[in-house]
Amino acid sequence: MSNTKAKDSKSSFGAKVLHGNLLYTLISIAVGFIVGAILLQAAGISAGEAYGKLITGTLGKPKFIVWSIVYASPIILTGLSVAFSFQTGVFNIGAEGQYVVGTLAACIVGVFVKVPAVIHVPLCLIAAALAGGLWSMVVAVLKVKRGINEVLSFIMFNWIAYYLSNYIVNIPAVHKEGNGEATKDILDSAKMLVTSESLQDVLGSGASYNIFVAVLAAIVIAFILNRTTLGYKLKAVGFNRHAAEYGGISANKEIMTAMSISGALAGMGGACQLMGMGMRISQFSSQEGFGFQGITVALIGSTNPIGCIFAGLFYGAMKYGGTKLSLVNAPSEIVDIIMGTIIFFIAISHVFKRLLLSHTGKKAKSEGGTK
Amino acid sequence: MFVRNLGLLINATMTYTPPLLLAALGSCFSERSGVVNIGIEGMMTIGAFVGAAMALTCGNPWIAFLVGGLAGALFGLLHAIACVSFQADQTISGTAINFLAPGLAVFLCKAIYDGSSDTPAVDISMKLPKVFNDIFPVGSFWNNVLSNYSVAYLSLVLVAVIWFVFYKTKFGMRLRAVGEAPEACDTLGINVYKIRYICVILSGFLAGLGGAYITLATVSQFRPIVIVGQGFMAIAAVIFGKFKPQGALLACLLFGFCNGVKVLATSSNTVSPNLISMIPYIVTILALVLFVGTARVPAANGKPFQKAK
Amino acid sequence: MGRESHVDLSKTVIAMHDIVKKFGDFVANDGINLTVHKGEVHAILGENGAGKSTLMNVLYGLYHPTSGYIEVNENKVSIDSPEKAIELGIGMVHQHFMLVQPFTVTENIILGMEPVKGLSVDLKSAREQVIELSQRYGLQVDPDAKIEDISVGMQQRVEILKVLYRGADILILDEPTASLTPQEIGELIEIIGHLTKDGKSIILITHKLKEIKASADYCTIIRQGKYIQTVDVSEVNEDQLAAMMVGRDVTFKVDKKEQKPGEEALVVKNLHGKDYRNVEILKGLDLTVRRGEIVGLAGVDGNGQTELVEIITGLRKGTEGSIQIHGKEVFGATPREIFDAGITSIPADRQKHGLVLEFSVADNLILQNFGEEEFSKHGILKRDAIQKKATELIDKFDIRPRESENKPAGQLSGGNQQKVIIAREITNDSELLIAVNPTRGLDVGAIEYVHKYLVEQRNKGKAVLLVSFELDEVMSLSDEIKVIFDGKIVGSVPGKDADENELGLMMAGGGAHE
Repeated sequence: MSNTKAKDSKSSFGAKVLHGNLLYTLISIAVGFIVGAILLQAAGISAGEAYGKLITGTLGKPKFIVWSIVYASPIILTGLSVAFSFQTGVFNIGAEGQYVVGTLAACIVGVFVKVPAVIHVPLCLIAAALAGGLWSMVVAVLKVKRGINEVLSFIMFNWIAYYLSNYIVNIPAVHKEGNGEATKDILDSAKMLVTSESLQDVLGSGASYNIFVAVLAAIVIAFILNRTTLGYKLKAVGFNRHAAEYGGISANKEIMTAMSISGALAGMGGACQLMGMGMRISQFSSQEGFGFQGITVALIGSTNPIGCIFAGLFYGAMKYGGTKLSLVNAPSEIVDIIMGTIIFFIAISHVFKRLLLSHTGKKAKSEGGTK
Repeated sequence: MFVRNLGLLINATMTYTPPLLLAALGSCFSERSGVVNIGIEGMMTIGAFVGAAMALTCGNPWIAFLVGGLAGALFGLLHAIACVSFQADQTISGTAINFLAPGLAVFLCKAIYDGSSDTPAVDISMKLPKVFNDIFPVGSFWNNVLSNYSVAYLSLVLVAVIWFVFYKTKFGMRLRAVGEAPEACDTLGINVYKIRYICVILSGFLAGLGGAYITLATVSQFRPIVIVGQGFMAIAAVIFGKFKPQGALLACLLFGFCNGVKVLATSSNTVSPNLISMIPYIVTILALVLFVGTARVPAANGKPFQKAK
Repeated sequence: MGRESHVDLSKTVIAMHDIVKKFGDFVANDGINLTVHKGEVHAILGENGAGKSTLMNVLYGLYHPTSGYIEVNENKVSIDSPEKAIELGIGMVHQHFMLVQPFTVTENIILGMEPVKGLSVDLKSAREQVIELSQRYGLQVDPDAKIEDISVGMQQRVEILKVLYRGADILILDEPTASLTPQEIGELIEIIGHLTKDGKSIILITHKLKEIKASADYCTIIRQGKYIQTVDVSEVNEDQLAAMMVGRDVTFKVDKKEQKPGEEALVVKNLHGKDYRNVEILKGLDLTVRRGEIVGLAGVDGNGQTELVEIITGLRKGTEGSIQIHGKEVFGATPREIFDAGITSIPADRQKHGLVLEFSVADNLILQNFGEEEFSKHGILKRDAIQKKATELIDKFDIRPRESENKPAGQLSGGNQQKVIIAREITNDSELLIAVNPTRGLDVGAIEYVHKYLVEQRNKGKAVLLVSFELDEVMSLSDEIKVIFDGKIVGSVPGKDADENELGLMMAGGGAHE
């Protein structure tokens, strides 16, 4: 009896790896890079050189690492937004729009409110979270009260946010003085930048601490989902609204709560981008894609909040590294192709899982048989 | 003046509607057979690029148009492999395609056209032809109303054809049944996988045609931002049109009409074009709230089907 | 019963030899033999999970046998798809109907074998064929009605017509009487008579002994995947069949002491309500349940039972009327308020309402109680307390596998899922328990367990409302039987005097005051 127990715990690590998602995510990432390499070679570009640039360009200097992280922060938040929505049974394809209204709210508070930085930064973040949350809640109300398919209204709201942003950018009071299709810069007190000069020497002048907002948000969301009655209710509704209602949980109310929280996260992602990187909103010529990148991050992170941090860092590095690919004449779109391939293989990863599990299962059995 | 503006409005509507309609008809096939396809956007983009590149290479717009469709179909096939054979989450696979297909389009564009993300302009001789072009004087009401690209008329005919296929033919009856009750179809010896494969590939083909229409007719050049959300609007049109081809037509006409209003209003220069640009989306939401109500989603939509072994 | 046999022993239509079907390590069929002749009604008897459906799915080409072979009309065949089965003249009516809800009766019948005229489906001639078939076999249906608008009994006729339309000579009927009234069951047996007279053979999968006696010529018994034996039905009685099915002697009697009911626990007055299609389905229903009694609600599916329970428990809003729990008005209250007022329920559909299948067993055990002080404080869950509670209940209610606290409930067997629900509801210990089809899909052991528990609650002085489509269950457990028909209570009979035929007549609307 005690023998079998010891054996169980010994094999349990391997079993955990095989049953979990991480292994398959890593396999998918590897496949993504292989497909990317094949394409690069086929186009007459050295994959080695391009990937080398991707690595040195993101990890080569402390400054580069910092930039990768700065790039990651907003997508971690939109990723969290989508992951949270998946966990609570909604598909937030509207993170893009919530992100945009988040930047708008943060920008307006950042430009026009004059308070010290300790207050200004949180104020901007709260404004962004509220804006994103409300934007998403309208869709939730339409879904709950009118039965309108949320995917449809999210798509509409993404476009309304897009044009709203372009409209606000062009209001004279907001618009930058002089040339350039953008808003005024937010005040220094609203910027999430490292101000210590000694730190700037190491990290670069663009160093932002926006990553802390993202990581903190991920931890809070993980706690809410796993440890609180709120998370219990939201997940119950997400998995099975009938059972949740039977258990006395008001499904409609929880759907609205879940969608608002999801929207608030995407809105904060907008604030992190604005206050840590952009400092102003430029006129869009097409959707920025932070919301859609959030879907990717959520999927690579297996819709786990903590997983989103790592997935976001990975995506941030790829995105930042992608901007440097032109230096070796490689199209930066290879990043999209790699990411697309990764998601595609994550989508069918359960097939590998089944194959691997049945294979190891058979092996274990035949070993048992020979004893 | 009014008549002239009306003519312009109809013209603008008919400029915007056909590519959207083609993609929406594609989406109808996929969704009705039970496979959610949010990869329509990516399939349009690859169709747009391949269409333009093909026209620039071979010079024949019709071949280019068809090949653009085939490029979309190829990604439809990919989506079908994931969703039908491997029972993947359909949203995830669609998201993947929305990264893969546009990424590949721009990647290929840069690889072929010396690192430029835009193709050269498609010459008028290689563009899809307009019909009734020289009959009425330029700028006249009838010229505005009738002088559309031939494919615009074709797309309207296609609605009727697809309506017939959906509701009158054996295949249509089976495809609707497969989207409602795949297990029941399986017990009747209907090959659920085969029907879904056909439908998803068709959805990619039609989305590819929609994309190619844009680069071969309205924009006459491929640029990375030539497809910005039309694919998602097509999906919206299908949900709006209650998953019916005729409903999708009405929804696309509404979007097109709002877009026409936008074009005219923008040229009058009194209101911010950005505010006017919101009209189609706000009108859609209002229409849903006030008139249309809930669409009945096909019962097996989004649910992978696995045959018993 | 004076039924006429049409068996032609000289013609063997089906012979299954030594069929084995494994799913991974699980052996669902372990060497089963079956012989069916022309014009024969052959019953296959076994408990839930004994392997009856698996065997039939093998015959119908949905599963491929691990070993063994099949002969049809004395030729060895390999049935690798339903198409092949249809080609060989085998048709199947599944227990869960395989119908396309928004399609019409005609469309459903022809689907997969549509007559075509030019490019389009020839619905006109299809309709005529359907009418012709339905008249020939006495299966009245409306060819133009949509499936979602017709009764379960009608849907079953559509299923049978589907099979006949395909020219089947051998019909497999999987638990065909599960949701029919006694009258409808009688009609079905009559239809079976028409069919066998016409030379068709019927394989009847069931666990209802009475129906076997009433309709079958031979009966093959399967237990735990194994072939037990084939008997001539005229030579055995119901008790013998039951013993063969279960492997020991069973009594279906439930021990129940006489007991005087107490005060009124639930009083429903003039209740009106609509179904999901917004059609009025409850039309002024009155119902009273007192402490210390089990009230059984008998009726055919679709007469308002589901809606009644949903309205009482707050999942659906009624349009008018009154519902009092211990004198407190709860009409229109939320599920939470009603739970707090003292009602718990074992829902009809355990996977839809009873459990969150993705949640662990532990989390499912606190579905209504997660907010209580025992399990959370300031909105933060007490994980240790939840675990401890789960371990305790798993132990007490013998939920298997043991140590399943953190396993998703979806991984448990149906019987164990039901135990999770019962464990939770017992612990809630409310004054009124509503149990809807509490034994559906359970094996005999689990059924006995549930019945014992319901009677125990009654003996403790709690009020129990039992809603069940199994008339036998209602009759053996209830102190008072109420019959629901067309959204109203049309009759009330003390449990001990209940007569099946009388109840059946009322369930079909016959005994009503029209």
